[in-house]
Amino acid sequence: MKGNEAMAEAAIRAGCDAYFGYPITPQSEIIEYLMHENPAERTGMVVLQAESEIAAINMVYGAAGCGKRAMTTSSSPGISLKQEGLSYIAGAELPCLIVNVVRGGPGLGTIQPSQSDYFQAVKGGGHGDYKLIVLAPATVQESVDYVKLGFDLAFKYRNPVMILSDGIIGQMMEKVELFEQQPLLTEEFEWATVGKKPGRSSVFVTSLQLKPEEQENVNHRLQAKYREIEKHEVRYESFLCDDAEYLLTAFGSCARITKKAQEIAREKGYKVGLLRPQTLYPFPTVAFNKLAGQMKGILTVEMNAGQMVEDVRLAVNGQTRVEHFGRFGGMIPDPEEIFQAFEQKIIGG
Amino acid sequence: MADSLIDPGNLVYKRTDVLNDRIMHYCPGCGHGTAHRMLAEAIDELGIQSETIGVAPVGCSVLAYYYLNVDMSEAAHGRAPAVATGIKRVFPEKYVFTYQGDGDLAAIGTAETIHACNRGENILIVFINNGIYGMTGGQMAPTTLEGMKSSTSPRGRDISSMGNPLKMTELVAQLPGTYFVTRHSVHTPANVRKTKRALKKALEYQKLNKGTCFVEIVANCPSGWKMTPVQSNKWMEQNMFPFYPLGDIKVPE
Ligand SMILES: Cc1ncc(C[n+]2csc(CCOP(=O)(O)OP(=O)(O)O)c2C)c(N)n1
Repeated sequence: MKGNEAMAEAAIRAGCDAYFGYPITPQSEIIEYLMHENPAERTGMVVLQAESEIAAINMVYGAAGCGKRAMTTSSSPGISLKQEGLSYIAGAELPCLIVNVVRGGPGLGTIQPSQSDYFQAVKGGGHGDYKLIVLAPATVQESVDYVKLGFDLAFKYRNPVMILSDGIIGQMMEKVELFEQQPLLTEEFEWATVGKKPGRSSVFVTSLQLKPEEQENVNHRLQAKYREIEKHEVRYESFLCDDAEYLLTAFGSCARITKKAQEIAREKGYKVGLLRPQTLYPFPTVAFNKLAGQMKGILTVEMNAGQMVEDVRLAVNGQTRVEHFGRFGGMIPDPEEIFQAFEQKIIGG
Repeated sequence: MADSLIDPGNLVYKRTDVLNDRIMHYCPGCGHGTAHRMLAEAIDELGIQSETIGVAPVGCSVLAYYYLNVDMSEAAHGRAPAVATGIKRVFPEKYVFTYQGDGDLAAIGTAETIHACNRGENILIVFINNGIYGMTGGQMAPTTLEGMKSSTSPRGRDISSMGNPLKMTELVAQLPGTYFVTRHSVHTPANVRKTKRALKKALEYQKLNKGTCFVEIVANCPSGWKMTPVQSNKWMEQNMFPFYPLGDIKVPE
């Protein structure tokens, strides 16, 4: 299946109650697939094409506030428009799923794949001290699995979850195994607007606190939640790190290309490991910190001008050199040039 | 407490349970408080408190959920119709309303307003038009009248450079998605009663699934207009009503 269509099918199967979206390349197949599938008949899922990404994220906010599984998908320029809404959702502690099938920027940029929205996804993007849980799939299979995982994490922590995909994975065809159809949620959450029942006080979904003391308390609560997420939800994959003297690291589609570069390096006799973060927030800080001691150098490979490299440097905390190699603006690196960059920046440098 | 002091036989008025017993933050003489009460009484009289979900705007009525005793969601500035759409689409049997000021509904949220109305979302939009941005200290709104002074039109609204006041209610009435569009006020007892009747009707229509109901309430803003409450009501009659005439604009056939 095509990555985008597989995610759309996964959304139906994950028991998503409501999808709101606005077309943008390279992810329009998601809403097209959903409209074609007509899940209203299959599961009762609502699918609506909104008038803008701003409207779509606020529709998600409304549905999520009702305690429903709500999601939206877009690509970079559209995700920029959603940032105010995401901040409100994080502030009101609502669960929801957002997919960003990243394309090259800045501005209207290009419709070709990129990873240049890492900072926006991981560091907040909107206003205020908040975090999204950010999942970075490298395969169509992971894209599918992360839709289900994303909803589970969103409800576990009452926090927005973003799948940071890109134009490669979104457009690529791969074999996938789809999970079984999950039922729609029937639970009435005590935090959700479902209609005020006699005997209980009314619920309000809000991110507003007029008193600074109260707003500080909200922030303390959010930060405590983020510490929990950092403790329990870090996910990453490592290849051949035990004997490694050098480390390559990359996320998403770029990690697949980097794995090929690792093979080239191994063939040439360099003991190179690879670490692929699957969660970008929470970041595998501890894993990097532990591995750094045995490494003579670390190269991050990204389809951007150097974003994840900052988190790797923070994690490594000066134990070894951390360099970055990137292609950007929609260009995709090939394994050979990654290997050359490794030789130049890490071996030669 | 009040119950114990008054013999129930003599009780002529009781605060509805749909309004919380909280001191409102609105300025003396402001129309928001009365508009809240009419909406609350309409919900109460229809017996739909447990099936109603409201959406509060950003503006003076940002804390509407603090006063209205129904489940409510706060929306980002201008986005209430989109939030209400999200709610109504997952709960089509509930009664869903938004309560929005003119900056919220007719400036930053114009797209959301028009498209919710054009899709014919089965929601009630209550539109409080006071011709000014009250919350942020009296700046010009899209609805500010020609020549009307505000903190960002200190010499009066100049049409040639600041544009024209927007008649949002007439505009949405053009859309096939709206079912009932009407304009009222809450500055006299007679008008208050009419407003409540309109709100009740609009909520009842929601069960028919015939489209968006839109109730504008032209309101005063004594603080923003820099007038006493009495002066502001007079000024409203003399200046606002000629441009924003009261009455039904679109009624069901
Ligand atoms: C995105 C954004 N822009 C601006 C503001 C600041 N702001 C708060 S309320 C408001 C205007 C409210 O005026 P109106 O909708 O007419 O309601 P009123 O206060 O008069 O009842 C503005 C501009 C905001 N909160 N968010």
